[in-house]
Amino acid sequence: MIKAEHVGYIYQKGTPFEHRALYDINLEIADGTLAAVIGHTGSGKSTLIQHFNALIKPTEGRVIIDGTDITNPKTDLRLIRRAVGLVFQYPEHQLFEETVYKDIAFGPATMGLDKAEIDERVRLGARLAGLREEHLQRSPFELSGGQKRRAAIAGVLAMEPKALILDEPTAGLDPKGRDAMLSVIKKLHEENKDMIIIFVSHSMEEVAGIAERVIVMNEGRVEIDGTAEEVFANAERLRRIGLNAPQMALLADKLRAAGYDLPENIYTVEQAAAAVKKLIGGNTGA
Amino acid sequence: MLRDVVIGQYVPGKSPLHRMNPPLKMILMIAYIAVLFVIKSAAAYALFTVCAVTLIMISGVSVGMILKGIKPILYIVIFTALLNIFMTTGEVMWSASVFGLTLRITKEGVTAGALLTARLIYLVTGTSLLTLTTPPLQLTDGIERLLKPLNKIKVPSHEIAMMMTIAIRFIPTFSEEADKIKKAQTARGADFESGGLIKRARAMTPLLVPLFISAFRRADELAEAMEARCYRGGGNRTKMKEQHITAFDIKAAVIFVLAAVLILLAEFWIEI
Repeated sequence: MIKAEHVGYIYQKGTPFEHRALYDINLEIADGTLAAVIGHTGSGKSTLIQHFNALIKPTEGRVIIDGTDITNPKTDLRLIRRAVGLVFQYPEHQLFEETVYKDIAFGPATMGLDKAEIDERVRLGARLAGLREEHLQRSPFELSGGQKRRAAIAGVLAMEPKALILDEPTAGLDPKGRDAMLSVIKKLHEENKDMIIIFVSHSMEEVAGIAERVIVMNEGRVEIDGTAEEVFANAERLRRIGLNAPQMALLADKLRAAGYDLPENIYTVEQAAAAVKKLIGGNTGA
Repeated sequence: MLRDVVIGQYVPGKSPLHRMNPPLKMILMIAYIAVLFVIKSAAAYALFTVCAVTLIMISGVSVGMILKGIKPILYIVIFTALLNIFMTTGEVMWSASVFGLTLRITKEGVTAGALLTARLIYLVTGTSLLTLTTPPLQLTDGIERLLKPLNKIKVPSHEIAMMMTIAIRFIPTFSEEADKIKKAQTARGADFESGGLIKRARAMTPLLVPLFISAFRRADELAEAMEARCYRGGGNRTKMKEQHITAFDIKAAVIFVLAAVLILLAEFWIEI
């Protein structure tokens, strides 16, 4: 479980460049949750998630990972970082080894595992990230953008973290790469029932498709926190902070306003298509 | 990583120092250093101190920021001061024998040490005042202007300034990028802090390789973007923002020169 209690964070405290990124954040994320953090640039999303694996420590308040307080100076931060895997924006920029295999092995190797175990972890990480066997012996720089990114994620997964945090995993990918990435996340969630997965996103469509819990950030505060349904029900509030409910939800709203009888909870293209099909089917069938 | 280096940092402001013409400011800075290296007498140093403190006060830059600039050279200052205090021969003020070595502090040594300390501190203070009150791009523009006469002997002043501009422009970018990659590798269990020299040097690979790759990528992208906008280097290029000498600059220069003359007078006349 990841818990934030009254977390506040100030960048470059005590200099003329000091600025506050987070105000009084309170969150509790239970094991097995697939959560999305959404918000504008500068809303504090990235700062918040870096607290979850102790890369930055809160200026105020506490962050507790599985009962361990990261602000306690006696805490071994390396254990926290193993438990919580963090994938940064554009993680492909961190690749550095000659082969994908060696790069994925970097994390497990720093944990001091033996060769056989490292090999096992590399293959597991690659499989979870949706890489094929033949990719492993290639140079990471020969892969496509989406594959590079999945290779970098495999490097984190190979450490077998209990929680995985991804900062904008789909940024800069083409639609195909984006879909592949989202299905990797979805599959990870389905196959690892206890794993916490948190991903940051700009796109309501992505979030609507897979997240169970949505945390909306605005100007360093948690604006709305709840299930996808609960969050998207606040269309007006989302608009006020410059975000939009998913396009399909807006479309369904318009159709409802025009007198069509559509069910609630339409957020994805699939749901909208099914509802419209049912509506048309029902009409023509009668 | 580079946040503690004050030289090269700019603190926005509206002080007279901020408003001065950059090439002129650089010429005056050279004069400042020249005066600093000429003077030796206590009277001249006292006057110089008054002038330096006035400059800092006019600049509106916080004293903390100036002191931060001195921090990196602190050890050099202490080391040279100690060397001077103990190694100068002259009238002995104090002496002691430690492990068979005779330590002597001489009057001349103390004076020399104090003056050298003051000189080093004023040197760094002065030069950081220049960069603290001039935006980096104006600074390189100023350098280009100052190097312009050298065009006649085929010194590519525009290209030199452009290279410096690009280098300065990318310091924060790479510093940020290095920070990010460092964090990403730390999240994967990399350890940059512990171990001996060789272990630590080896631990830098996961940081340096991605950093170099990104530097090459950015260089490519920037070169392409410049080509796409038909950038062709120095020949007859005009500037969007020209740096003009104003009446204010002339006044400032006159005040500066007068102060320098006063200090030099103190150096060469009062002693006699």
